[in-house]
Amino acid sequence: MTVASLLSQLLQVAIALALAPLLVGWVNQCRAWLQNKRPPPLLLPYRTIHKLFVKDAVIADNASPIFRLTPYIVFGAMCCAAAIVPSLATDLPFARAADAIALVGLFALARVFISLAAMDIGTSFGSLGARREMFVGFLAEPALLMVLFTASLISGSTSLPTIVDTLAHRELGIYPSLAFAGVAFTMVSLAENARIPVDNPATHLELTMIHEAMILEYSARHLALLEWASALKLFNYSCIGLALFFPFGIAEGTNWLAMLGAAPALILKLVIGGAALALIETLSAKMRIFRAPEFLGTAFLLAVLGMLVNLLLGS
Amino acid sequence: MSVSPLSLIVAAAVAWLTIGALGLVQPRNLRIVRLLFPAGGALALALAAVAFVALARPPEAFVLPLGLPDLPFHLRIDALSAFFLVLLGSASAAISLFSSGYFRAGEGTAPGLICFQYHAFLAAMALVLIADDAYLFMVAWETMALASFFLVTTDHRIPEIRRAGFLYLLIAHIGAIGILLCFGVLQGGRGDYTFGAMRTVPLQAFWPSVAFFLALFGFGAKAGLLPLHVWLPEAHPAAPSPVSALMSGVMLKTAIYGLLRVTFDLLHTQIWWWGAVALTIGLLTALYGVIFAAAQTDMKRLLAYSSIENIGIIVAGIALTILFSAYDKPRVAAIALTAVLYHCLNHAFFKSLLFLATGSVLHATHERSLGKLGGLIHRMPWVAWLALVGTLAIAGLPPLNGFVSEWLLLQAFLFTPSLPQSTVNMLVPVAAAALVLAVALAAYVMVKFYGVIFLGRPREPHLAYAQDAGRRERIALVWLAVGCVLLGLFPTTVIGAIDHVNALLLATTVSRAGESNWLLLAPIATDRSSYSPLVVLAVIVAVVLITMNVVRRVWHGRSRRAPPWDCGFPLQTPRMQDTAEGFGQPIRQVFEPFFKMERHLPSPFDAKPRYYVSASDRLWDWLYVPIARVAETLARIAGLIQQGRIAVYLTYSFITLLALLFLVR
Repeated sequence: MTVASLLSQLLQVAIALALAPLLVGWVNQCRAWLQNKRPPPLLLPYRTIHKLFVKDAVIADNASPIFRLTPYIVFGAMCCAAAIVPSLATDLPFARAADAIALVGLFALARVFISLAAMDIGTSFGSLGARREMFVGFLAEPALLMVLFTASLISGSTSLPTIVDTLAHRELGIYPSLAFAGVAFTMVSLAENARIPVDNPATHLELTMIHEAMILEYSARHLALLEWASALKLFNYSCIGLALFFPFGIAEGTNWLAMLGAAPALILKLVIGGAALALIETLSAKMRIFRAPEFLGTAFLLAVLGMLVNLLLGS
Repeated sequence: MSVSPLSLIVAAAVAWLTIGALGLVQPRNLRIVRLLFPAGGALALALAAVAFVALARPPEAFVLPLGLPDLPFHLRIDALSAFFLVLLGSASAAISLFSSGYFRAGEGTAPGLICFQYHAFLAAMALVLIADDAYLFMVAWETMALASFFLVTTDHRIPEIRRAGFLYLLIAHIGAIGILLCFGVLQGGRGDYTFGAMRTVPLQAFWPSVAFFLALFGFGAKAGLLPLHVWLPEAHPAAPSPVSALMSGVMLKTAIYGLLRVTFDLLHTQIWWWGAVALTIGLLTALYGVIFAAAQTDMKRLLAYSSIENIGIIVAGIALTILFSAYDKPRVAAIALTAVLYHCLNHAFFKSLLFLATGSVLHATHERSLGKLGGLIHRMPWVAWLALVGTLAIAGLPPLNGFVSEWLLLQAFLFTPSLPQSTVNMLVPVAAAALVLAVALAAYVMVKFYGVIFLGRPREPHLAYAQDAGRRERIALVWLAVGCVLLGLFPTTVIGAIDHVNALLLATTVSRAGESNWLLLAPIATDRSSYSPLVVLAVIVAVVLITMNVVRRVWHGRSRRAPPWDCGFPLQTPRMQDTAEGFGQPIRQVFEPFFKMERHLPSPFDAKPRYYVSASDRLWDWLYVPIARVAETLARIAGLIQQGRIAVYLTYSFITLLALLFLVR
């Protein structure tokens, strides 16, 4: 591991940290346009995070250290994931520290901690949110792993850089298994990032909410970190999707110039992806929580189907 | 001449029996017992160390001139025995230390008697692991079952506990019959019941399959495989917590040891469809266990179901090993076997840790029901933080140990497409999906377990007076928690030790074939798959520390305390928190066909509304109740010939004699 490669690793994490709130802002803006509303400023998420950092934190009387530690751990897990996901370059030093399965494990770590923190205060909203989050999580996690397995069967590897290298260098053609996996992955990402058919990021105090119910007790810097972490999660999921299904333009090796060239490609892909996300959210309606098993079960079946198609057709 | 490891292990077993016997001298004297348990723990540690040395050595055997005439005890230690002895020693060391602070006088059986039963249990388990003939194996196996039966029924004055103990004893014996018949098949008609002879007997045609399925049945009954799992959720809540820890953490693994011994050592070949059947049973067990765990409201019953789940995962791993070695792919089989053994070790550590933590909670609060606990992290910080380690480990989260074995198992699953049989290739993705579902559900269950017991607000007023665990109990919990962390952070070292077993059973190793180093675990090659728990942990810890510092420097670290937000409704009580039933409700709803539900809903006019729901096992109605009915009917028919008059019985003898004379002539 050379200093240069370490620096390019840090560069990738820094770009992820910087771009993540922008992606959220962009999705919100697109959604407002599509819904005929006046869009919020593009940079609003940054201002919100800064505002929250400035405020004094209010912590519930009976909060345990788990409650105060969780935002940092969730943020740390998401940063770690951002280091692993090949968003700009494939051959970064930390990418070998965790393969696709370990990446799913990292997301699960964040989810378990945020659920525990939600139960820590002992209000009904918190534990309700925790229960629903774990519920959605256990439905989404197998589907996500099946998607990743499909991709790793094609490339014969669970290591993300190898998957991206293999998929980027294939001759242009449609893999039917990847088409199934792509649909499944989209559905899983919507659920995991608390997006509309499963959860609604725009509302507070609705009986249907999941993510917002869990972080209801958080304020100031803790809330800022959690908001930033969930933006990072959206960014990471987008980058996994782009790496699996549109792996073109990602730099190989740790060449600075190649990475700088990869950045505009990434931003372009994220702009299109963010707009697509806003479109999906506008076109669909929030479903009851007990419809979520159907939704995610479909995603799971699609992913398994993709895997079987891959085994049958060998493509 | 140096002392051989095997004789040291025999000496340790004898010493355990001696310690137990010393406890009998003054069974009501708690002070003596509190000295004896740590001595047993120290012995366990020594046994683990000796076994660790023996792991790398060639097999060693000798014959003890004990037992019946012409049937001496054959003893043998090889890498497989040594691995499980390490597991036994390292986990039971902590459990013994915990027990010395746990057992009190005046609760059921006298402490000295418990001490004897406990150490006889340990010695029997050690003997099971080093037995080299069927005779000694069965003697030790039955001693183990009896000792644990008496330990389970410590509080024998309570009828439910007696019933649970009887159920356990019954299923243990049904399983023992299976094992006995399995050995009968394995000796192949020669009448030589030593394992050495069984290894050389060539079994013809379908006999190897008969032997394998008898072993799967017999050892499965002990391990808790579907549908013989019913004793676990009854016996574990009945037993004292250290006994639950020992049974769940260690005794279940002796069944896994037996299955591995028969399948990969005594039988020469493996046939692929054994693997397919075992895989199905294992995964069904895993899913069944975890779904039921999610619906439980008793903390020890929840952990018992979680043990069933873990055994299911382990058996699924054994099934994969069989599949791969049947198709002659020893390298991949070695990865699956490594995952199996690694998971056994992990489960011994985190399940013991959690059972002991429930023991501390039970002593401090006298509550076992999740609905009456809560907020204990404030009153019992030691137990709570150490249990958090166990919770994260059992939920299979990186960088702790549960994740490593699950990762290895998933890697093994991803290899299956290289098998020649296309039906198996189709089966395995579905199997991998079921495994992942079970693992993801385990995280749900463990969040429920930890959140309801330790987080939130106390649901009962007397919880405010709960005391944290004593010093000995704390040391025991710390030992197990540190074990979970180290097993998670240094997988390549652990796999290096497990490789001795791989070399013995499959004649290949994982370390030499892969590209692992101390930092990076890569069982095949780095660009195929790799995982480095140390780097993951370092990155997370570094980000946490940097963020804390930066936030404080750039902005500030001010905070103040306030009551939690009540949504404008001031009459919030701790009873309004989500309960264990509530937390399990989504699972009950999604997996409704699995459960037999009984619900009692209050009507709108009830003065004292009561809500009651129970979710019980359908297998009772489907399997056990019909069997019980058949047995009852048969007994009634048999009862018809019993008239209670001596003349009638003499007539029976006379008829029998006549019949025999007629037949023999």
